[in-house]
Amino acid sequence: MAVTLPIYLDNHATTPLDPRVLDEMLPYLTQHFGNAASRNHSFGWTANEAVERAREQVAALIGADPKEIIFTSGATESDNLGIIGAARFNSKKGKHIITSKLEHKAVLDSCHALESEGFEITFLDSDPDGIVKPAQVEAAIRPDTVLCAIMMANNEIGTINPIAEIGAVCRRHNVIFHVDAVQALGRVAIDVTAMNVDLMAISAHKMYGPKGIGALYVRRGRPRIRLEPLIHGGGHERGLRSGTLPVHQIVGLGAAAKYALEALQNGENDRIRALRDRLWEGLQKNLDHLYINGSWEHRLPNNLNCSFAYVEGEALMMGIKAIACSSGSACTSASLEPSYVLRALGVDVELAHTSMRFGVGRFNTEEEIDFAIELITEKVRWLRQMSPLYELVQEGVDLKTIQWAAH
Amino acid sequence: MAYSDKLIEHYENPRNMGSLDKNADDVGTGLVGAPACGDVMKLQLKINDDGIIEDAKFKTFGCGSAIASSSLVTEMVKGKSIDFAEGIKNTMIAEELALPPVKIHCSVLAEDAIKAAIADYRKKQAERAATPSE
Ligand SMILES: Cc1ncc(COP(=O)(O)O)c(C=O)c1O
Ligand code: FES
Repeated sequence: MAVTLPIYLDNHATTPLDPRVLDEMLPYLTQHFGNAASRNHSFGWTANEAVERAREQVAALIGADPKEIIFTSGATESDNLGIIGAARFNSKKGKHIITSKLEHKAVLDSCHALESEGFEITFLDSDPDGIVKPAQVEAAIRPDTVLCAIMMANNEIGTINPIAEIGAVCRRHNVIFHVDAVQALGRVAIDVTAMNVDLMAISAHKMYGPKGIGALYVRRGRPRIRLEPLIHGGGHERGLRSGTLPVHQIVGLGAAAKYALEALQNGENDRIRALRDRLWEGLQKNLDHLYINGSWEHRLPNNLNCSFAYVEGEALMMGIKAIACSSGSACTSASLEPSYVLRALGVDVELAHTSMRFGVGRFNTEEEIDFAIELITEKVRWLRQMSPLYELVQEGVDLKTIQWAAH
Repeated sequence: MAYSDKLIEHYENPRNMGSLDKNADDVGTGLVGAPACGDVMKLQLKINDDGIIEDAKFKTFGCGSAIASSSLVTEMVKGKSIDFAEGIKNTMIAEELALPPVKIHCSVLAEDAIKAAIADYRKKQAERAATPSE
């Protein structure tokens, strides 16, 4: 089978919209255009029914009650609302928050924003495996700790944290537990009750739904979590998030959640894992000096993050234009700083510059993976021919013994 | 990032990629940059007794702009005098390749590499002159 180029292997950045999801959304952009808050006519009732069905679908994916789901504009807003909203509401209890250096910017910057309100933040360090240890969290808890925010799976290296164990620690110490689950949805089975999660950030566009829609799970049972809203207005979503509900987007999120739950049960993740493993094994067979970043064992089935030593990441991406992926190299970023996640893991800066992230998805095929292996192999070999570092290493020189003029 | 056609062309078909004998008296080698910064450039110039650059070769670890800058610079100096090569400014490279602002430093590296290669050549020549012939 011929492959169509370019090949999309950047499913951590976003996923394509599942055509089945689009089909479910379309009627709510045309004939069912009602405002879900209109209580007095069928246009409103139809819209409201669709919203409530989606709320059930999202709740089912994470083992929650539909009443615990608040629709937002995406996981960035959910992280802001969960962390800032809960911290502000509970600030009389204490002003200390725990998070990790590997979190998404939506979490890190929400925490930084709270610093200006007198909150103190502990940013946990990471081992090279990229996994947050429950004991680390427990050791950081103080009498004034109100909230702990740890992601379920990392968006760069795909590592999966022991959320249930960390949740048990937080519950024992009466600390609110916020979890960014964006990358794990449909890839890891989630049960917010069993895992003792109090707040969970959800996004549609990483699970084959549309962009610009997400949700925040807010525990209502024991303990009941209270938040200060960030967006004020008509009192939608139990007053926690005002704004006319984007019904078609919410329908898309609900449908995406339904198929994500299916993916956990129908073997989709085994198929994706096999494709990811095929990619990694194929590359390893052809090339030497490859390094995995973060734990291989505790990793999303769709993630491959590895370093191609002596080949700079942006140059490699230019060479493999037919494959959409991303790199942690400084040369790809406006700041010219290599990935903060890889830095926090303690990955050598040299290796961070040569790192690549591949994210396999629902619509990738074996033919595409085989094409990718061939193209990446060819370009890495070519760029290594061009690399003065590879030449030095071939000559037996230890690069660490050279006096480089840092600039 | 959106790059110029010229830059992409140099990246895809780099000129003068390779190495010269770094121990030869008439070859000057410049190795600049640092792996930790994500860019290392090796530039070698073979210079005859009349001070003309007969050959130039490069190897670069760095982004596409760094590769294109080094390729272009080897093209600029080949067949030219040392004096001409010393006068090359990074702005000439940046303009020619239409480098975006964040990539200007990649052209600075190419200018540094030329200067380092010429300095190495001069050092070798001075050492040779100082060695009494048998
Ligand atoms: C782990 C994680 N959290 C949050 C977000 C932000 O989600 P959204 O794009 O829905 O705001 C992303 C996506 O970039 C992510 O990967
Ligand atoms: S080598 Fe890093 S930006 Fe050019």
